[in-house]
Amino acid sequence: MTAMRPAVEAKGVTRVFQGTGQDAVRALDNVSVSIRENEFFTLLGPSGCGKTTLLRLIAGFDFPSAGEILLYGQDIAPLPPFKRPVNTVFQSYALFPHMTVAENIGFGLKMLGKPKAEIEARVDAMLTLVHMQKLKSRRTSQISGGQQQRVALARALAPQPKVLLLDEPLSALDYKLRKEMQIELKRLQHETGITFIFVTHDQEEALTMSDRIAVMSSGKILQVGTPWDIYDHPAQRFVADFIGETNFLDGTVEGAADGKARVTLRSGARILATTTSDFRPGSQATLMVRPEHARLVKAAGDLSGTVETVVYFGTDTHIHIRLADGGPFIVRQQNSRCAGCGFEAGDKVGIQIGDAAAQMLKD
Amino acid sequence: MATAKEIADKAERNDIRSRWLLSAPALLIVFLAALGPLLIVVVYSFLTPGNYGDVKWQFSTDAWVSVLLQRDAFDDTLSFASAHLSIFWRSVSLSAMTTILTLILGFPTAYFIATRPEHRRDIWLFLITIPFWTNLLIRTFAMQEVLRNDGLINWLLQLLRITDHPIQLMYTNFAVLLGMVYVFLPLMVLPLYASMEKIDFRLIEAGYDLYATRFQVLRRIIVPLVAPGIVAGSILVFIPSLGAYVTPRVLGGGTNLMIGNLIELQFGQGRNWPLGAALSITLMAIVMVALLFYVRNMTRSDGSHG
Repeated sequence: MTAMRPAVEAKGVTRVFQGTGQDAVRALDNVSVSIRENEFFTLLGPSGCGKTTLLRLIAGFDFPSAGEILLYGQDIAPLPPFKRPVNTVFQSYALFPHMTVAENIGFGLKMLGKPKAEIEARVDAMLTLVHMQKLKSRRTSQISGGQQQRVALARALAPQPKVLLLDEPLSALDYKLRKEMQIELKRLQHETGITFIFVTHDQEEALTMSDRIAVMSSGKILQVGTPWDIYDHPAQRFVADFIGETNFLDGTVEGAADGKARVTLRSGARILATTTSDFRPGSQATLMVRPEHARLVKAAGDLSGTVETVVYFGTDTHIHIRLADGGPFIVRQQNSRCAGCGFEAGDKVGIQIGDAAAQMLKD
Repeated sequence: MATAKEIADKAERNDIRSRWLLSAPALLIVFLAALGPLLIVVVYSFLTPGNYGDVKWQFSTDAWVSVLLQRDAFDDTLSFASAHLSIFWRSVSLSAMTTILTLILGFPTAYFIATRPEHRRDIWLFLITIPFWTNLLIRTFAMQEVLRNDGLINWLLQLLRITDHPIQLMYTNFAVLLGMVYVFLPLMVLPLYASMEKIDFRLIEAGYDLYATRFQVLRRIIVPLVAPGIVAGSILVFIPSLGAYVTPRVLGGGTNLMIGNLIELQFGQGRNWPLGAALSITLMAIVMVALLFYVRNMTRSDGSHG
């Protein structure tokens, strides 16, 4: 990596919520992460994993129990939110109902004491950026959900923050609008060059939009990497399971070196798998195989089983197989128009796992 | 054969008739309980006082003249009734101050309650309403115990050696003001709370996020959103303050009358019912003018987000 300085750094951040009595909740547990400048960084995890808590700590709505939060090297953890050059797009948008669209967008600049002419010019520029020029004097209750979303974005971008925080901003939109806004967000991030920190529980959203993703669970960051890293080389079972569909297989490690390991599966087949951590020979390990990385054959393969159901999706077909040892396995095949290459329920089949198809996981 | 238009007309006539029938009970109550008595008061204000109270059925505008003016006993010239004017002025200014003080005290109180966890808010609201359980007269006499020359406040002041002789608190405008603030505070807190409870507190976070300081968040976000509660609370406090009777009577003594006491005097010892009626209508007029003025002002400052 080139010498890009981190825009936001969390160092050993812990946030404990004191419950009534003994039940204190560790929403964040010694989290350290470094977010680069101009990066679209996503915090991904199921609800309650601590992703929103981390975002609120960066915004300043909440303060860490321990640890530091650095913004361009400066510790901002003790600063109130109105002294941080960071803006937030809220999940519910939180637009001011007593102001017009333009007043909402100009609010931050007004609070910063900018001259009126500058505010007006900037508000107009923001309205153009989010294609909302025509609705500038509407009330926020008179515009649609998608338009409110754009106003919330424009309002947060108007003061030119160093970092933009987005707290599941697309979750209230319907599917089609969400797809549109995903592209729109990518465009805005590209045009403004602002670091985006995006919180979501939607893995598909995370994969399509992010430069890098941090997968979180129970207050910890499990893995940070590009969407490709996270999808193809998950380090842990939770990450592999949370993102995409996955087959899990048990095996015994024969030997490992240079990120590769030779594993004997329970079926007796020996395959080559990639790995992100060291495994001692003889230890048990879980392997992950993505449904589209395995190949189904009518002859014998690395695994054998019986087809249970075949689900046709147009572009591809999902074939659910019961393995000889009883476990489930899914194979996804791209459809071609060849006759007789399909499978039917009840077929005895073999499954071939290529050299790079399997990934070893830490539990 | 009936045309479509005839059928429609008939349906509409039936509709109108049933509407009148359905609203008749409400209209009857409005007429009997509000408009009727008001009309009697208006009529009485144009009659001549009887010798032992009551009225003589003889048209006269004397009552209305003496609302603002007084006739000199010797040369029959008219001059402003300075006693009445000072009572009007005291009533309006004390009521305005009561409204402002209850707003200043009630706003943080309501905010405190609205920001408690939901299951605790009811307990706080309950506590606010406790004073209503005791009769107003008793509460006012209790106030007297606090304000007397040998009452709680003077005893404390002397104990702390802030003063060596009792300070006269009873029978002053201050005592009346204190009493009214105490009595009317819940009427301010409850509507304020009702509109604060509806605030989405993420808006306040959004304000902080957009560089607004605590004071700016209060001024630009909380106050505009709570404006309906401020209007409702102010009206609920100002109107009964203006007509207050018990508090000025007990705490203000005979020297610090308000309009309510003046009206009572005319129906009682004064035996001048027409003047009492005229004063009552004057009070209503003051309330209406004050309300119009206030509501118009509030909607103007509020105008950009009507």
